[in-house]
Amino acid sequence: MEGGRGRPRSVMAMEDIEHIPKELKLIDESGIRLDGRRFDELRPVRIEAGVLKKADGSAYIEWGNNKVLAAVYGPREAHPRHLQDPARALVQCRYNMAPFSVTDRKRPGPDRRSVEISKVISEAFASVVFVEQFPRTSVDIFIEVLQADAGTRCAGLTAASVALADAGIPMRDLVTSCASGKIGGVVALDLNKDEDNFGEADCPMAIVPRTGEIVLLQMDGHLTFEEFEKAMELSINAAKNIYEIQRDALRRRYSAAAEQAAREPPPPPPPRAEEVPPPPDLPEDLPPEVDDL
Amino acid sequence: MTAEVISELLREHINRLAASGKRADGRAFDEPRELVVQKNYIKNAEGSARVQLGNTDVLVGVKIDVGEPYPDTPNQGVLSTSAELIPMASPNFEAGPPSPTAIELARVVDRGIRESKTVNTEKLCITPKEKVWIMFIDIHALDYDGNLFDAASYGALSALSCAKVPASKIGKEDYPLPLEHWPISVTSAKIGRTIVVDPNLDEERIADARLTVTTDENGDVRAMQKGLRGSFSLEEVRGAIQTSQRVGRSLRGIINQA
Repeated sequence: MEGGRGRPRSVMAMEDIEHIPKELKLIDESGIRLDGRRFDELRPVRIEAGVLKKADGSAYIEWGNNKVLAAVYGPREAHPRHLQDPARALVQCRYNMAPFSVTDRKRPGPDRRSVEISKVISEAFASVVFVEQFPRTSVDIFIEVLQADAGTRCAGLTAASVALADAGIPMRDLVTSCASGKIGGVVALDLNKDEDNFGEADCPMAIVPRTGEIVLLQMDGHLTFEEFEKAMELSINAAKNIYEIQRDALRRRYSAAAEQAAREPPPPPPPRAEEVPPPPDLPEDLPPEVDDL
Repeated sequence: MTAEVISELLREHINRLAASGKRADGRAFDEPRELVVQKNYIKNAEGSARVQLGNTDVLVGVKIDVGEPYPDTPNQGVLSTSAELIPMASPNFEAGPPSPTAIELARVVDRGIRESKTVNTEKLCITPKEKVWIMFIDIHALDYDGNLFDAASYGALSALSCAKVPASKIGKEDYPLPLEHWPISVTSAKIGRTIVVDPNLDEERIADARLTVTTDENGDVRAMQKGLRGSFSLEEVRGAIQTSQRVGRSLRGIINQA
C-alpha cells in the first residue's frame, strides 16, 4: 500500500517503473519471488528496544529494506486541553515519512496518506492500552519512516508496540502487524515495494496475538473471499513469529540493563540524617514585612 | 471536535436492545436504511447525485476537466476524491482544513472506486503524456445521521454513473463516463457482541468498532477499512464480508436504476 497501485505517486519514481519490464513475473513457476522469497516467507525482521535517550520508550525496526523508528511519550497531559477525555487517555499516533525515505523526495509534513495511517494506528492501540488508568492524559506515539520499501505501517506499528512496552505503558498485550497481498495471481505474505506497486492487492492487518483480536484491517486491490481467507491465514501465522521477535527485543533490552546494573557498583547511598549539613543560619533581623503599599 | 457527550441511558438502551436482537429504529441487524438516489442534481457538475441513506444526506458532485496525466500512467485519466464535513451537517463538524475523519472518508471512498477500476481511465486519455481527463469527486455531507462512508460511496458511484465527459470543450462530442464496475461499500458496526449494518448516528456513537467492506458485482473484495477503538475476530470479519456481498447486491440495483 506504500505507493498503492496508483496513489500517491510521490513515493513512486519513474526509474522504479521503467526497470520493471512489461511482462515481468512477480512470482515464477517454481513459486520464487523477485527477491528470492517463497509466497509464505517474511522478509528478515530485526527489532531493538530502547534506542532513544529522551523518549519514555523507543524501538528501532528493520524489516527487509524498511527502517523505522518509533518513540513513545506519556502518559502526559493532553494538549490541546479540549481534546482531554475525562474518562480515559488518548492514544495519539503520528506516522511520518522522512523526505529521503522514498525514491522521489516526499514533501515534508503530513499528507492525506499519513493522516489516515496515523488515525488507524492510533485506533489499533486504543483497545490494547489500559486507557482508563490515565484519564485526561495522552500517550503519544511517534513513528518515523527513515527508509521505505512497502509495509511501513506494519513495521511502524510493530515497533511502536515495543516502544510502548519499553515506556512501561500498561497494555493487555503487544500488537503485532503484518500484511499479505496478491502478486501474479498468487496470495503472498509481506509484499515489498515492487510487489505492492505491481501486484493485485495488499491487505495490512494488526492483531493482538494473545486473543486473536484484529485491531487494524485495511485492504485495497482485488481478492476473492477465499483469497482473503488465505491472506489472513498467512498474516496471522507470520504475526506469531514477529510477536516472538518483539518479545525477544524487550527481553534483550531488559536483561542487558539488569546485567549492567549487576556489574556496576551500586550508587552511593543517600547521606544519613546526621550527616546532612545544617541549613545556613538565617540572618537575625529579617527586614520588616511591608504591609502598606 | 469537542469530545461528544453520549447519554449513558442511550448507550444502555441500544445495548439492551441489541442483546435482545433489536435495533432502536426497528431494522434487522443486516438491514440498511432506505436508500434514495437522485442523479443529475446539480446542472453545473458533469455528474452529480444527492443520496439519502435514512436521515443521512450527502451530495456528491463530479467535475471533469482537462489536465496532465501522472508520468507513470501517461495514457490514463486521473481520479481525485475529497470530502467536506461542513458545519451545517452536524453540531460536531467544524469549519477549517479537512479533519482526519474527512480525509479517511475521502480515501476510503476513493479506494473503493479506484481499486475496483470502476472507471476505465484509459478511455479518458486525450493526448498521451500531455492531456487527459481528470475527475474530481467532491463529497459534501449535508445532514449527518451516521454512516457517511456508505452514503458517500453510493453518492460517488451514482454521480459517476450519470457523468458525461465534456469533450465538447475540446471540439468533440460529449460522451458518458466509461463505467465498468459497480463497487458497493457496506459498513458494519460492532455494538457489544452484536454486529449491525449501516449504523445510524446513535449506533455509530456507541459502537466499539467499524468495518467497511467494498465488494464488486462478482462479490469480490475491493477495499476494506477497519475503524474505531475496538476489534473484530476473524470470524466477525468473515461475516461482515458476506453481509457486504449480500446487502451490496440489492443496493447496487437501486443505484443502477436510479
